[in-house]
Amino acid sequence: MRYVDEFRDPDLCRDRIDRIHASMAELARRVKVMEICGGHTHAIYRHGLPGLLPAGIEFVHGPGCPVCVVPMGRIDDARHLAEVEGVTLCTFGDVMRVPGRNGSLLEAKARGADIRVVYSPMDALDIARDEPDRTVVFLALGFETTTPPTAATLLRARDDAVGNFAVHCNHVLVNPAIQAILEAPGQDIDAFIGPGHVSSIIGTRDYEFVARDWAKPFVVSGFEPLDLLTALEMVISQLIEGRAEVENQYTRVVAESGNATAQELTAAVFTVRPHFEWRGLGSIPGSALAIRPELAAWDAEARFDLPGVQLEDARACQCGDILKGARKPWECRVFGTACTPEHPIGTCMVSAEGACAAYYSYGRHAETRTEGT
Amino acid sequence: MTGSEEHVLRSIEARRRTKPRVTDATVTTAHGAGGKAQETLLTALFLEAYGSEQLRLQDDGAVLDTSRGARLVFTTDSFVVTPRVFPGGSLGRLAVFGTVNDLAVMGADPRWLAVSFLLEEGFDMDELRGLVADMSAATREAGVEIVTGDTKVVERGKGDGVYVNTAGIGLLPDHVMLGADQVRAGDRVIVSGPIGDHGTAVMLARGELALEGNVESDCAPLAAIVRSLLGAVPHTRWMRDPTRGGLASACCELSGACGLGVHLLEERIAVRPAVRAACELLGLDPLYVANEGTLVAVVPADAADTAVRAIAAHDIGRDAAVVGTIEPEPGGLVLLETALGGTRVVDRLVGDPLPRIC
Repeated sequence: MRYVDEFRDPDLCRDRIDRIHASMAELARRVKVMEICGGHTHAIYRHGLPGLLPAGIEFVHGPGCPVCVVPMGRIDDARHLAEVEGVTLCTFGDVMRVPGRNGSLLEAKARGADIRVVYSPMDALDIARDEPDRTVVFLALGFETTTPPTAATLLRARDDAVGNFAVHCNHVLVNPAIQAILEAPGQDIDAFIGPGHVSSIIGTRDYEFVARDWAKPFVVSGFEPLDLLTALEMVISQLIEGRAEVENQYTRVVAESGNATAQELTAAVFTVRPHFEWRGLGSIPGSALAIRPELAAWDAEARFDLPGVQLEDARACQCGDILKGARKPWECRVFGTACTPEHPIGTCMVSAEGACAAYYSYGRHAETRTEGT
Repeated sequence: MTGSEEHVLRSIEARRRTKPRVTDATVTTAHGAGGKAQETLLTALFLEAYGSEQLRLQDDGAVLDTSRGARLVFTTDSFVVTPRVFPGGSLGRLAVFGTVNDLAVMGADPRWLAVSFLLEEGFDMDELRGLVADMSAATREAGVEIVTGDTKVVERGKGDGVYVNTAGIGLLPDHVMLGADQVRAGDRVIVSGPIGDHGTAVMLARGELALEGNVESDCAPLAAIVRSLLGAVPHTRWMRDPTRGGLASACCELSGACGLGVHLLEERIAVRPAVRAACELLGLDPLYVANEGTLVAVVPADAADTAVRAIAAHDIGRDAAVVGTIEPEPGGLVLLETALGGTRVVDRLVGDPLPRIC
């Protein structure tokens, strides 16, 4: 497979790993690196990287799993929508198991709600066209990567006057979340591995505040093992040289200014919400998108009466500390006992990209590290 | 690993060994997906109620001792698939081969099938004709005979066109001694060909993904391959056809049942480029994608080469390879050595593998 196999080449990867061991010996201290994107967390475990790297490198799994950060109240809203007579709710597969206060969408489906898994928002629009007597609501969530397709779909619905289609918007923005993590008391992250897909849309300039205001290296990375290892090497070089810059390892996909068309689409459809509740992180100002008032006819929040309750996270759950890097998955009170992939309490356990689920499924028994710095 | 981390991991392991309970209020699709939810349903509800020793073994079929000394293997399976015809197979072929393969991997010579149809009022007669013709051709291919059956018609709207159930009986040769309890540390794990073809072919054939690819289901009878393998390596320890849940789930079942560790080597496990590409796009792991004509077998280490040759003599087994070993530690777990030399745990799925959002 082109553009994949090259970046999984075992010899090249081993060479990078050797170089990382050498630079860590030179750096001679422990480093805490936050990978923001859930896709990175997944790849790190899937390829068994932790066991190959020096013990002095600690990965902190950041808030970039879009499914993990959706709060219970929003899931309850979605479930409420799905139970409205005549409504078909469409969404991505891994949202189905996210627990709300009254259970997940998977359970709502089993009780008779018409909930369908789609692979793109356009699929939901097609369902609306095919079934004009249903009102089809697309449960939209995700970071800047998944926002432009939602925007394009909504504009298509408007242009084609598809009246029985609406979007329940939960799109979030990555930078306010990074800001919130940086401002958290006791935060001791040394550097960031920046999101690859999100950066292909927004570019790399918006991350400058991390380097400028917080003096932390920030390297945007691709998703293959060689990408991640290279990005890690770039991070460690910055630390050795005492630099704090935004660098781009993923140049085959990410341009400095991002994707202008996608940015225009997003701006045409969405406006920034004053506040949005994040699972684990609480309310973060300016951290999510809402549909512009002139498109209210396609906005599920405007069309339906939703409970819109702000719910606290389950008390036992320590997802917030895990998302901020203050706690490791296994340090959570309920990890692996009350909270398991079968019966998740916190969303970090729901998606395969969630820090806890990734650790639970892949990480155990893989932590026999080479002792070093 | 720090002390407290170790403590947490130990308590998780202890918890995993406790008896499962069904806590869900309703049946969800996860209960039929071959993962942990289904496992819980089987052990905590069905096994608890039926209590049969045979059932407790959770094999692909039951071994029955008759008064005359002959041993029979008996199994059943129900089939639903959308679409009903897909590249490389069809509902009819699946319904025959699924049951034939369950008998074959128990070491039996598949002989007789029973077929039940649940038909929905309004189902197209020509399609039914095609389905029956497919089944008839498949029985000839697999060397079995349909000897009894049943037909029910439900009202329109009360069924999804057609559901097929088949049950089968096979004869178990005297010398065959298969089972997870036969597996020993040092044994080798063999897979008969590339994995994930069936699941990927069906996903692509549904046309929901706007992806096109030349992937054909591996849908095929395994009886002939199994005969060759058991002929060449009579001390074969254990076999499965890794259908729903894929190779990963079959290995998890094995490690759970034998209490030993299964170590797989990622680079030895063949995956067709088109299957890998489709899975990559959908965020699925081919290890968990269904197969319908692939054999996974455990054989003693000194017989591994003989076993691979026996399987590779068949067209559908030509890519057979040793993909892993049985190790004493960690007991009850499946580990995968990645192509880079890293290690990860291969765990059971919770429910259906769900495509990831990004």
